[in-house]
Amino acid sequence: MTMTDTASVYATGLVKNFGELRAVDGIDLEVRQGEIFGVLGPNGAGKTTMLSMLATLLPIDAGQARVFGVDVAREPHRVRQLVGVTGQYASVDEDLTATENLWLFGRLQGLRSADARATASRLLEQFGLADAAGKPISQFSGGMRRRLDLAASLITRPPLIFLDEPTTGLDPRTRGQMWDTIRDLVADGCTIMLTTQYLDEADQLADRIAVIDHGRKVAEGTSDELKSSVGDSTLQLQLAEGADQDAARQTVWRVVGREPVLTPESGRMNVPLDTADRAADVLIGLRQSGVQITSVSVAKPTLDEVFLALTGHDTENADQPDETVRDEPLVEAR
Amino acid sequence: MSSMTVNQTPPGVQSRLPVVDPAVAVARARPRTSAAETISQTFSMAWRALKKMRRNPEQFFDVTLQPLLFTAMFAYIFGGAIAGSVHGYLPLMIPGIVAQTVLTTCMSTGVQLREDMEKGVFDRFKSLPIARIAPLAGPMVADLVRYLIAASLTFAMGMAIGYRPGGGVLGVLGAILLAIFTGWSIAWIFTFIGTIARSARSVQGFSMMVLFPATFLSNAFVPVSTLPGPLAAFVKINPVSHLVSATRDLANHAMITSEVGWTLLAGLAVIMIFAPLSVRSYKRHI
Repeated sequence: MTMTDTASVYATGLVKNFGELRAVDGIDLEVRQGEIFGVLGPNGAGKTTMLSMLATLLPIDAGQARVFGVDVAREPHRVRQLVGVTGQYASVDEDLTATENLWLFGRLQGLRSADARATASRLLEQFGLADAAGKPISQFSGGMRRRLDLAASLITRPPLIFLDEPTTGLDPRTRGQMWDTIRDLVADGCTIMLTTQYLDEADQLADRIAVIDHGRKVAEGTSDELKSSVGDSTLQLQLAEGADQDAARQTVWRVVGREPVLTPESGRMNVPLDTADRAADVLIGLRQSGVQITSVSVAKPTLDEVFLALTGHDTENADQPDETVRDEPLVEAR
Repeated sequence: MSSMTVNQTPPGVQSRLPVVDPAVAVARARPRTSAAETISQTFSMAWRALKKMRRNPEQFFDVTLQPLLFTAMFAYIFGGAIAGSVHGYLPLMIPGIVAQTVLTTCMSTGVQLREDMEKGVFDRFKSLPIARIAPLAGPMVADLVRYLIAASLTFAMGMAIGYRPGGGVLGVLGAILLAIFTGWSIAWIFTFIGTIARSARSVQGFSMMVLFPATFLSNAFVPVSTLPGPLAAFVKINPVSHLVSATRDLANHAMITSEVGWTLLAGLAVIMIFAPLSVRSYKRHI
């Protein structure tokens, strides 16, 4: 068996056009068996489009994709038997109860009536929905819908599961539960490919991460690899009130040859460093330039900084590529 | 950082299922759905549609109120003017109302499909390894119930106000079956419109525009001999006229005439053309 046959997903040069817009612009991917692969990118980066192509929901305009060695474009029906898809919006029937939904999806996939019923009640139990089994979905909360939606993708226990922004809009507790569920699936032998715009989610969950921006893959690696690609550590400075922020920026550029991340309103400045001992050079340079500092610390870079360094903008908005100045980080990354 | 929590059994689950094996799944994955699977999936979809009908009983208004109201209204308003008496008009009119009712029922098939396709659950139907025709054919199988109600109620209402079909029980049964079959086959046209239209509202508008003239510019309510030349020529080639004539032949005379044959043939032709078109357009729909 070659590598392309054993990989859960193996894609080369994926392209999708929507009229003038090239939503996915030549992406290569390899998702290994049994890993959680995170696709990280801002809204509109092309994450969902890419997932939809891999899941046979959208035709592939150019390039090739294989799922466990099965060609997605040539044998979509076989691919559909190998993947479970859970979208951003709950794809369950509002007019049916939770049990009826799962029973229907089980029947459609060839389970006998009694088996479909047993699977439905096992999944509802597993996802903590047993009490709501007989309720129509219209009475479900957002978190419950999301869990039911994931349960619906697991009826035939597919080896690969696509999760499109599985925790967007969930409260922190429900989010943590979803993360546990995802880890359980991997423990069962599943491979997970998930998209997210939350850096901490990719950081916490994913074994490997691909960073997508404007339909292109701009980086790939483990969370640690991505972080060290922008430097070993970050020097976090708080400039004194009234300090010359322009001079500070120029000094940093002159000393370490990198653009600092500066928040003008608060005077916070983060400087990516190749090694921590360069911090002293920056501090000496700032003193010589007459820039006053109120606090100093050195830390590992966050994925926020990685994202900014790779794409030139933060995760919130893909439409402002020139914006090097940012507000509060979107989420707190560890 | 991903930490793998091994064997963290969720509460309430005694034992884990065996580990998922991709190689087994790949070996088991079949290239296409078999005919038996397609039929079973269609029936599962029909089950879903019937559940929805039972939960939204207002969906039955058109197949219950329309036959009752139209039958009574048309009989008492036009009976005297067209046939000299209400009683004399009924054998002409009842089969006409039957045709009109099943055609109107078809229209709602397209409207409801369009509404349904906009819901999230259709995304899941697309991602499942099921025959692409099942989500379209399922609701149509369930709709057979609606055609049955519409056609039977029209005959029942007719008999309540004095219609005595000359074809007897068998003739009327034949007429009802023919109406159901024709309605079901014509519904494929509206299913197709449902898959190409932008919204449920536009399906409704377009369908009304086709159906209203098609039913009234036919022999459903008046004898063709009373119509001016060009209109009579159109009415004679209107397929609805053939359906109406065939229904009359069956209900009033228990006769399987060439009109019955033509109607069946037309129904089959419509299915052969519009079922594949609908599936193709449904596949393309994003």
